[in-house]
Amino acid sequence: MDFSTSLALIAPELVLSLSGLVLLLVAAWAGDRSARVVSVLACVALGAAFALCIPVVSGGLAGPDRIAFDGQFRADAFASLAKLMIYAASLAALILAPAFLERIRSMRAEYPVLVLFSAVGMSIMVSATDLLTLYIGLEMQSLAAYVLASFVRDNTRSAEAGLKYFVLGSLASGILLFGMSLTYGFTGSTAFDAIGVAVSGELNTGALFGLVFVLAGLAFKISAVPFHMWTPDVYEGAPTPVTAFFASAPKVAAIALLTRVLMEAFGGQVEAWRQIVVFLALASIVVGALGAIGQDNVKRLLAYSSINNVGFILIGVAVASTQGVSAMLVYLAIYVPMTIAGFVAVLMLRDGAGDPVERIADLSGLSRVRPAVAWCLMIVMFSLAGIPPMFGFWGKFVVFQAAVQADMVVLAAIGIAASVIGAFYYLKIVKVMFMDEPAGVIEPAGGQPGNASLGALLAICTLMISPFGFLATGWLGALADRAAASLLLLA
Amino acid sequence: MLQAFAFYLFAALVIASATFTILARNPVHSVLWLILAFFNAAGLMIIIGAEFIAMLLVIVYVGAVAVLFLFVVMMLDIDFAELRASFMKNFPLGIAIAAVLLAELVLGIGAWQSGGLELGTASGEAAPLLGRSNIESIGALLYGRYLFLFESAGLILLVAMVGAIVLTHREGRAVRGHQDIAKQIARRPGDATVNTRPESGKGVTL
Repeated sequence: MDFSTSLALIAPELVLSLSGLVLLLVAAWAGDRSARVVSVLACVALGAAFALCIPVVSGGLAGPDRIAFDGQFRADAFASLAKLMIYAASLAALILAPAFLERIRSMRAEYPVLVLFSAVGMSIMVSATDLLTLYIGLEMQSLAAYVLASFVRDNTRSAEAGLKYFVLGSLASGILLFGMSLTYGFTGSTAFDAIGVAVSGELNTGALFGLVFVLAGLAFKISAVPFHMWTPDVYEGAPTPVTAFFASAPKVAAIALLTRVLMEAFGGQVEAWRQIVVFLALASIVVGALGAIGQDNVKRLLAYSSINNVGFILIGVAVASTQGVSAMLVYLAIYVPMTIAGFVAVLMLRDGAGDPVERIADLSGLSRVRPAVAWCLMIVMFSLAGIPPMFGFWGKFVVFQAAVQADMVVLAAIGIAASVIGAFYYLKIVKVMFMDEPAGVIEPAGGQPGNASLGALLAICTLMISPFGFLATGWLGALADRAAASLLLLA
Repeated sequence: MLQAFAFYLFAALVIASATFTILARNPVHSVLWLILAFFNAAGLMIIIGAEFIAMLLVIVYVGAVAVLFLFVVMMLDIDFAELRASFMKNFPLGIAIAAVLLAELVLGIGAWQSGGLELGTASGEAAPLLGRSNIESIGALLYGRYLFLFESAGLILLVAMVGAIVLTHREGRAVRGHQDIAKQIARRPGDATVNTRPESGKGVTL
């Protein structure tokens, strides 16, 4: 495989990195006045990278032709499908930002650049087939994310969120590195396929320790219980557009990465990691559902909801089959617009002074003050709860179906029981919005800047998770099946 | 013969400068002795043919870490009298921790001598040497096989730098020692001075 072929395979990453570098220069010379221009150009770059990934996904490309740089990087259909979600979520983060940041005069030209570099890091993560690539991608994503979390640096909560995320993220990186060095030491290679060969016989204690630590490090990044403690604080403190970004794109990247590590590097040792993933899944579902009940802040509630959702996604991983991976991808594809729609709706709520409203009590009577937003939020909540007419139901359905067909009925049963608990707090919000008296905090829709783009984004995301989404099940399922097949082709 | 002489010279200097690092009363001198120790350790590395590590020692440890130490030591206003007093206060705790560390050392060495812990064996084989020296080999790997990762690591450093600047750089606001000449000239005596006639014993309001 020659160099130019490798370069052609990393075309989306190249487009994003080069435009990131150019836009950084624009930002440096033109200053913060150029923030809007830089944002628009960053959106164009993300769109170009998105377009470059489409043929790979629709063609279901896989196999040795998609391996770049001596097996360090693989641009197969699985990675590209994850990249499509990542780029779409990053795009949403760029569209959301001006409305929130410009009002508090924190919109700076570096924001889109950092989002772009974070997207580069995430697409390296999902394409990683080597522990080194994995770590490089993960660090690039994380470093940009730490800065984004504390982007509103004059706000103590934002600064606190950034610091917390940084300290705990560094700890997770340390744990991950420790696991990776153990894995390397006991298998003699950092490449996933070579590790897979080395552990295909009996798994020795050292490699098992490596696996456990790698899993723990990655569980931190996807905020699976018991490594979830940072999530509510960081999600609450970070600026809302950034929170929407955190809840969508990095989750997709880290889960895709986790799946690849487990299925490729440790694909021969499913029994060794299945119990760990099952525990992570069940604990996340239960803690996510119970933890959300007592919250009075919408962003904290959505943080617990994302922990809860990660649990359902991990059920698909625990099944460890083509069907499981496919179900996981379908769930992710539904989860991303669902969570973005939730945060956009929260972002659109403003009080009389124009400040963002985040308390659940302030949402009461929203259906009379902002009916459109309230209906969208209702669709999001029903969808998150997995109540049938909404598309969120389909994600849970395919995941449980995969679990049942793999004879993991107990796992599916506990998951379904916990999703009933989860439905409680989603429905509570709907009740507060539609049945309570207006609290008089939220202003009716007015001439708030940037509302048109927010409204459009909310409409698109809500449409995706509304019952209309079922029209796409066949198409989405076929794409996910092909992507899952491309992942397991070499394993 | 020459190697042996160089080895003993470097080794003796490492030990001597390490000793002085601990014994020096002035922390700045300690850091300077530490730098000398790093230099001689780099010499030791050259003797065993690890010239890349030798250069890393000089560039990273002397160039960055030691200078950073020096900055910290010079910027911190350390009260040594207080430091010694707290040393005496924490002496029992220090002794306890030292005893634990000693026990760990003894246990570790004892365990090592009674045979290693069986965790499994590595199946790695030695990689072939790509160049004549190890710098050439590392260069060939970094700019050949690992080019993608090397460049991506560069991008990570860029992101870190941009992040640090974004979080700390404040434009135009409250620059210390900034002089606004127009404002100075526009200031009239009446703006700055007031005549008051305070009653005795009441003081003035400023």
